[in-house]
Amino acid sequence: MSYLSLTDDDREAMLEAIGVASLDELFEQVPEGVRFEGELDVPPALPESELVRKFAELAARNADTSRELSFLGMGIYDHYVPALVDAFLARGELLTAYTPYQPEMSQGVLQAIFEYQTAICELTGMDVSNASGYDGTTVAADACFIARAHTGRERIVLAEALHPMVRQVVKTYAPGFGMEVVEVAHDGGTTDPARFAEAAADAAIAIFQQPNAFGCLEPAPELAAAAAEGGALPVAHVDLASLGVLEAPGAYGCAMAIGEGQSIGNYQSYGGPHYGFLAARQEFIRRMPGRIVGETTDLEARRGFVLTLQTREQHIRREKATSNITTNQTLLALAGLMTLCWLGPAGLRELGESCLALAGYAKERVGLPLAFDRPTFKEVAFRTPIPARDVVARAREHGVHPGYALGRDYPGLDDVLLVALTEKRTPAEIDRLADVLQEVTA
Amino acid sequence: MDLIFEKSRPGRRAGRVPSHDLPVPEVPEDLRRREPPRLPEVPENEIVRHFTALADRNFGIDTGFYPLGSCTMKHNPRVNERVVGLPGFRDLHPLQEDDGAQGALQLMWELQQILAEVAGLPAVTLQPAAGSQGELTGLMLMRAAFADRGEPGRNVIVTADTAHGTNPASVTMAGFELAKVATTDRGNLDLDDLRAKVDERTAGLMLTNPSTLGLFDEGIEEVARIFHAQGAFLYYDGANLNAVVGLSRPGDMGFDIVHYNLHKTFSQPHGGGGPGGGPVAVRAELEPFLPAPLVVREDDRYRLDHDRPKSIGRVRGFAGPFGVFVRSYAFMRAYGPALREMSEVAVLNANYLLARLRDVYDLPYDRHCMHEFVLSARTLKREHGVTALDVAKRLMDHGIHPPTIYFPLVVPEALMIEPTETETKERLDEFVEAMRSIAAEAETSPETLKDAPLTRPVRRLDEVKAAKQPVVRYAFEDAGAPDRIETA
Amino acid sequence: MSTESYPDDLRYHAEHDWARVDGEEAVLGITWFAQDALGELVHFEAPDVGASVAKDAAYAEVESVKAVSDVIAPLSGEVLEVNQKAVDEPETINEDPYGAGWLVRIRLADASEVDALLDPEAYRAHVAEQ
Repeated sequence: MSYLSLTDDDREAMLEAIGVASLDELFEQVPEGVRFEGELDVPPALPESELVRKFAELAARNADTSRELSFLGMGIYDHYVPALVDAFLARGELLTAYTPYQPEMSQGVLQAIFEYQTAICELTGMDVSNASGYDGTTVAADACFIARAHTGRERIVLAEALHPMVRQVVKTYAPGFGMEVVEVAHDGGTTDPARFAEAAADAAIAIFQQPNAFGCLEPAPELAAAAAEGGALPVAHVDLASLGVLEAPGAYGCAMAIGEGQSIGNYQSYGGPHYGFLAARQEFIRRMPGRIVGETTDLEARRGFVLTLQTREQHIRREKATSNITTNQTLLALAGLMTLCWLGPAGLRELGESCLALAGYAKERVGLPLAFDRPTFKEVAFRTPIPARDVVARAREHGVHPGYALGRDYPGLDDVLLVALTEKRTPAEIDRLADVLQEVTA
Repeated sequence: MDLIFEKSRPGRRAGRVPSHDLPVPEVPEDLRRREPPRLPEVPENEIVRHFTALADRNFGIDTGFYPLGSCTMKHNPRVNERVVGLPGFRDLHPLQEDDGAQGALQLMWELQQILAEVAGLPAVTLQPAAGSQGELTGLMLMRAAFADRGEPGRNVIVTADTAHGTNPASVTMAGFELAKVATTDRGNLDLDDLRAKVDERTAGLMLTNPSTLGLFDEGIEEVARIFHAQGAFLYYDGANLNAVVGLSRPGDMGFDIVHYNLHKTFSQPHGGGGPGGGPVAVRAELEPFLPAPLVVREDDRYRLDHDRPKSIGRVRGFAGPFGVFVRSYAFMRAYGPALREMSEVAVLNANYLLARLRDVYDLPYDRHCMHEFVLSARTLKREHGVTALDVAKRLMDHGIHPPTIYFPLVVPEALMIEPTETETKERLDEFVEAMRSIAAEAETSPETLKDAPLTRPVRRLDEVKAAKQPVVRYAFEDAGAPDRIETA
Repeated sequence: MSTESYPDDLRYHAEHDWARVDGEEAVLGITWFAQDALGELVHFEAPDVGASVAKDAAYAEVESVKAVSDVIAPLSGEVLEVNQKAVDEPETINEDPYGAGWLVRIRLADASEVDALLDPEAYRAHVAEQ
């Protein structure tokens, strides 16, 4: 099986039109020494029905959230994805289009990106959003690159309670930017503004996460002010699903807001593809990485949309570009837009309230002490009497994945279990979690 | 057409979220949202109509022929969408323990095996999110290897003057300096220019082969010798891999590092800008530096290996864009060893179009091409004032997506055409007729071309206006600026 | 848009920049040829007042929709003034490259550098070769 369309007669006619006797003549430009003779050592072709069976067998070997009652979060969440998202992501005009280089062929995607940018700006309280970054980690590196150019400074300050993968990616990128990374330890589950201010003096950028990687609510306005005090750009890494109930970063003084968009509109999908978002104040518009869509008019004065400020980008500015990004995560970002339209302002608030309520119920119902005495949003860290990894292993034998063992990333927190509560969980499911945890920690 | 925000009326809504009849704990006052975000308030049927109208105003491969050079717009098989939607893939959490993700890990491992075979290199990371991130990863690997060898002074990366803009941009982001090498009249790297630019400070070469001119570099073996003799690496930009799968492997050409564009060669739909996937393959020498985690097999079990002390670190979250892996792996399993035929037909189709258009457009490099070729509208411009842009816009009126234009930069009025392997001869012939009729119109009624397109939802757009006073979000006419603290 | 001209009272740099020297100071801009090659300008990224500019090095950028170009300093010195009109309405540079579309005024660091610049005749010959 294959997806080729030429008949033998077509091939003959085409070779004749080209004026060659065989395909081999076309490949004479490939030096003999680098030609690959023989057959690729890859598995044989499968007809479609057998292909589906093979993949179904692989899929069946995964414990997805329909097979385990899951309280796993730590950056990726089991939120509900509205049915209309599936319907529109299957529309071939959107699914199978390339980047909208030709605006007359691409008004649908361009307008949708413009609407996405608007929605992200609204949620974060910012002036400008790009059309998406790769994920919630790489947008943090992007923000550092912006800060390096804007401030001329070289230090990056990261709260330790910023997601470990975000910190790891920033550390991978930083040497290439000529930057160094300093981390600020947490203090009882949140970041101390005084220590944050100390580290941020003379830094280019200071990034914290709200809610943070332990599920705790940071004193975000104080952290933003602390960063700004030292002249560093304050940047909040936020969860879109929280922004119906938690304050927008723009409202408490952040220069940029970044994050992982998966919780709004994307399936968990073993970690990707999802979308990262990056929004900033107006003054950073010319330093933004990647695609940005702008409004304009056509020859007949009708409104239309185009990729704009393209001189920032690699295909024009090349080695001086604001980023090397070209392919981004547009389709996933549009899934986010569709979900936000479906929720509306009331639904987004209700989503946040549902998470808050379930987290509150879990705190009451789960018979384990809280690891941190801090307000929370949708994740709660519990202290376990045995290593949290063992709790996870034992609970899974009961068909419940109880959450994330924070010791996987944070030495010293081996006895902390992070439990995520999305609106899809129910009080009855939390009761079951509580019972299983009681049994496996007894 | 109205924006979804302009269709909003207070009090309307679509989705509802379960409240679970539980009390809602208070958020501390200083952290609580004060002004609700102005998201649209629209009922579901109007949301559906809105996105239906947007889809109608867009053009994908599903709509018609899309010969966008360097972007490999081939058919996206629907079975790939079916298998990626299996709950075992779709609803799998990335932090699930390895024993609960054996199917996903096996799929990734098997994908790595095929990618390694295609590249002719032994080790693969799936992590990079797209080709340009693969480039950056490759450059970081070079830096790590030189640091390990005790040669930190190697700081120059050589690129071709025909390179995609991502190459020089990646060089800067990775902290290297750039050297550019010229192209000969035959479209190969200029070896004399190259020799003059490669020395003990050279870290490596980044090259697309076939090049963005659609031409295989006939001197590639000598190019590899020059770099390897200096102890430098060769990086293969896989943007044009669709020309050579099963025909010539980058590893055999002498490349040490390769990135693939899963959204080009292996049919991940591009979704109007993304997602993509940019796995990277390397020689054994570079394997210790690959990003962590890597997927490894031990007997019949698969796991993510995080214990990689020499790794450059992580370049994105989790183990990579998994949904892209599912689709690309399904594509590969549908072809099997016939992946070679895929590339052969891609090259045949491109050469057929070239043969049928060479008498009406300029052909700056007169050779057989690989999977794509570059024409020029130089003569049309000189004689009739008709530019590559005009040709592109007029193609739209024929129901065809334009080729890539004004790239590569070394060709004036460039039209870069890549038909891919999946089209029928009838589609190719339609394109030929459209291109020929446009060339004829350039003589008889050039003003028609200047007016084009006439059949799209909008006519030509004022890009100068968009760039001068950028409007990048809806203005919400009736509202003032949001409250905020100006500390930044 | 303006018509092609290279005024006699200016001195030129081969990278398509001009200087109008007046004692210890000079006004700098880009030539008709440069603005024509770029197309309608949409952005002028100006240096700060007080910044120093070095002969033959970039001191600013001008952008059209699809192109960006460094502006090369024909002479060395310190920026005394930036043409705000060129910042606010960059199309002014296209419309009047030698008049209202000037870019910066500088204090010269080394007046002898002027001698190395092209005179109008030499620059016209240079343009003819392009």
